[in-house]
Amino acid sequence: MSVRYSRVGRPRPTGSRADLRAWYAVRITALALFVLALAHFSMTHFVFDPADQTAEWIAQTRWNSVALRLLDWSMLVAVIIHAFLGMRTVAQDYVPARIRTVALFVLYLLAAGLLFIGTTVVLTLPLK
Amino acid sequence: MARSTAPLPPRRSLKDYLSYRGGEGMVAWAFHRISGIAVWAFVLLHVIDIYLVGGNPEAYNELLAIYASPAGRVMETLLGAALFYHALNGMRIVVMDFWPALTAYHRTLWRIVWVLFFAIGIPGAYIILKPIWEVVR
Repeated sequence: MSVRYSRVGRPRPTGSRADLRAWYAVRITALALFVLALAHFSMTHFVFDPADQTAEWIAQTRWNSVALRLLDWSMLVAVIIHAFLGMRTVAQDYVPARIRTVALFVLYLLAAGLLFIGTTVVLTLPLK
Repeated sequence: MARSTAPLPPRRSLKDYLSYRGGEGMVAWAFHRISGIAVWAFVLLHVIDIYLVGGNPEAYNELLAIYASPAGRVMETLLGAALFYHALNGMRIVVMDFWPALTAYHRTLWRIVWVLFFAIGIPGAYIILKPIWEVVR
């Protein structure tokens, strides 16, 4: 029987190429998100207080340049890859085999839907 | 440093029953999974709420008022804790994955995670929660 977890985490998969790619993707996006997600949280909670933020503030300040939008869109892509591959692992661990394929399909559909609506708002919100 | 894989001795006292015997690695893994699922759930909400910036700015502003309320600030503090623990412990996992020799020090690395978590997290929580005291006062 293969070892799914060691004392410290999930060992690098050796059997499936898809699992190996997912394993690397989770770790590479983790490195990106360590900077992007913590910077995002710091900016929206420490630099600017939530009480000071409105839809107009996002359009006029936070997303007033293409570069800032590109940065947030990069974070969106990284977070969706990281979060949904993480949930794929959780589903593989806990969802019964007979419904796992359907559960994973729903998970991927949800990921594609979130990527679509996130990309839509980044691309369509007018630059002020 | 590696622990024996021999079966644990049977529980004999109340203390044995109350203490968790999986070790730091197992607790770190469980916290990582729980915090990851919590952050994933927030990501679902957050992408949808950001969509409202373009689709329905008034609804977005109402939602932000909830985020800025005392209950919202407590929730955001918990979110920040989940995100920060997941980020720090995730770096611990990446370090051990790419430098396997460091796995022998996984308990030390986990303690470093907690030192950073509290050293940075407590001032961060104070900044997020501070407006609540001002409202109460």
